[in-house]
Amino acid sequence: MDEIFGIPAPLLFGQLLLGLINGAFYAMLSLGLAVIFGLLNIINFTHGAQFMMGAFVAWMLLEWAGLGYWWALLLAPLVVGITGVIIERLMISRLYKLDHLYGLLLTFGIGLMIEGIFRNEFGSSGLPYRIPPELSGAWDLGFMFMPIYRGWVVVFALFACLATWLVIEKTRLGAYLRAATENAALVQAFGVNVPRMITLTYGAGVALAALAGVLAAPIYSVNPQMGTNLIIVVFAVVVIGGMGSILGSVITGFTLGVIEGLTKVFWPEASATVIFVIMAIVLLTRPAGLFGRA
Amino acid sequence: MDTTRRRLLAGASAAAAVAPFGTARAQASTIRLGVMSDMSGPYRDATGPGSVVMTQAAVAEFGARGFNVEVLQADHQNKPDVGANLARQWYDQGVDAIIDVPTSSVALAINQIAREKNKVFLNSGAATSDLTGSQCSPNTVHWTYDTWMLAKGTGAAIVRTGGDTWFFITADYAFGHALQRDTTRFVEAAGGRVLGAARYPFPQTTDFSAFILQAQASRAKVLGMANASTDTVNTIKAAREFGLHRSMKLAALLMGLVDVHALGLEAGQGLLLTESFYWDLNDRTRRLTERVRAQNQNRPPAMVQAGCYGATLHYLKAVADMGVAAAKADGRAAVARMKAMPTDDDAFGPGRIREDGRKIHPVFLFEVKSPAESRGPWDYYKVAATTPGEEAFRPLNEGGCQLVRS
Repeated sequence: MDEIFGIPAPLLFGQLLLGLINGAFYAMLSLGLAVIFGLLNIINFTHGAQFMMGAFVAWMLLEWAGLGYWWALLLAPLVVGITGVIIERLMISRLYKLDHLYGLLLTFGIGLMIEGIFRNEFGSSGLPYRIPPELSGAWDLGFMFMPIYRGWVVVFALFACLATWLVIEKTRLGAYLRAATENAALVQAFGVNVPRMITLTYGAGVALAALAGVLAAPIYSVNPQMGTNLIIVVFAVVVIGGMGSILGSVITGFTLGVIEGLTKVFWPEASATVIFVIMAIVLLTRPAGLFGRA
Repeated sequence: MDTTRRRLLAGASAAAAVAPFGTARAQASTIRLGVMSDMSGPYRDATGPGSVVMTQAAVAEFGARGFNVEVLQADHQNKPDVGANLARQWYDQGVDAIIDVPTSSVALAINQIAREKNKVFLNSGAATSDLTGSQCSPNTVHWTYDTWMLAKGTGAAIVRTGGDTWFFITADYAFGHALQRDTTRFVEAAGGRVLGAARYPFPQTTDFSAFILQAQASRAKVLGMANASTDTVNTIKAAREFGLHRSMKLAALLMGLVDVHALGLEAGQGLLLTESFYWDLNDRTRRLTERVRAQNQNRPPAMVQAGCYGATLHYLKAVADMGVAAAKADGRAAVARMKAMPTDDDAFGPGRIREDGRKIHPVFLFEVKSPAESRGPWDYYKVAATTPGEEAFRPLNEGGCQLVRS
């Protein structure tokens, strides 16, 4: 019990837990991507920048308006979601009839521009954002020291994922959305305003990214490139889970977080590569992803 | 049709790029300086546009002495291939000296190119001590700092206070390796031991908590952070969150003013760090800061940016001393002249350049102030110790530099 594969058991349990926490971020981000891809057929490469915007809006609310973390949790996704709606209306909506590649290029370009604007305004080294006093401190779990805030992140992320899944799978609105992906013209014929629904869906996906950004602000440096590295991993998660599969992206997010965490113990140098190795294997054996429909 | 137009456009833009170098007479009496830096990545605030501002400040201070000075700038994106291509292009188009170049892997690539083309390379931003060690070059001056100096400044100071067992969190590339290696040497020389290290993929790592847990399990007394910038900030944040700072000392081996700014004094207070420049050191540094602050986005210059100022000013003095034509024709001779002349500037005070290319000046161990001690924005440091230049850098005969005759 003391050692597993030559690693002290407490350390291993600790890493499993940390893996779950990182997995929570992957799950929330890939969930937003999956929703957008599933319903809009757009590969949203702006997602990393929108995650970053969430963190920055939290910082702005605190610095400029004196509104703390709890307000940010509510307002930042709203603000960033609205910018998403504007982007969708002005630009993305023109591309639905074209190949995926155009949407990918457009959103990638928008992401680069947003990052550039933030870098010019705020520099690259980052801004401080503190853990809210209600959530600071830590629990001693015996095998590790568990910061309360990280526990909160996992619980909150699980809640957000569950809520999104319920809305899409169990409500009338969700049923419209799913129907619209199958046959938009038919749903429109029934009197549902499909373009508006799609716009709001994009806004909601973006708001999820911003929400993850607010959650990340107290633990990672708030800087313009904070989404760049994360988003590449998240895309791998979405591909492994199966493009557009909501449950798949959540389960894959958490699982890959754990696998990455364990790699950090056994072979830290490979921890950035392991996810892509898995992605390659999955694509070779199940091209539609683990939970995707071929 | 479309192809032809594109070709025409490509041709036009190439012509535009060459145009400023067109007139041969103007070229003969113009010194061209190329500031190559990280303009868009993690090192931007500590180097980047501020390095350009400080290079221009040196040109302004130098004044008109019978030749023109032109300052160009480029972004190497922290990629050795991008940096090497830019450097070849610049040198071939008449740039006489490349300045700054943070990111050790890029700097080492340009170090080779400057030597091959017999031009000048004034490095301020890169950390690796190999630039004046195993890879030293007669065309290179390494001005501001290096991994050996950081290791001695922060590492040795912490060993002295009883921190004799270490665990490293290391960025897995040239810089991190060099910093860990140089620090390990000091820890072991003082009778300490390194109990373990975690090398993480750079720059793809955001979350450091896994390594914090490993450090905790190692039961070492000191956490050595052989990384920089955002990574260091994220490591310290995680260490505080997981209560590591209660059981271990945190040694941020490369940390600067902008990192402290990003971290905030609340989380940063009490940290020890090593730098060779701070804006509030003395009257000369304060005067320099006043001169440049408005152009530098109302921020005081950071260490590397100040280094660009110092190196440029001294290079221009050497050019004036030997004549523009001679300096342009032979980069090696220009660097030799720089080494022969004593240095003096507002950022680093009097000093000299050693035969291996290492600039020698005093080095400071700073302690980060608490929020209560700080009198306002950017008032972050108090001096904990000063090391004279001759002791602060690696002794000349220990670097393995071929230029040094033993």
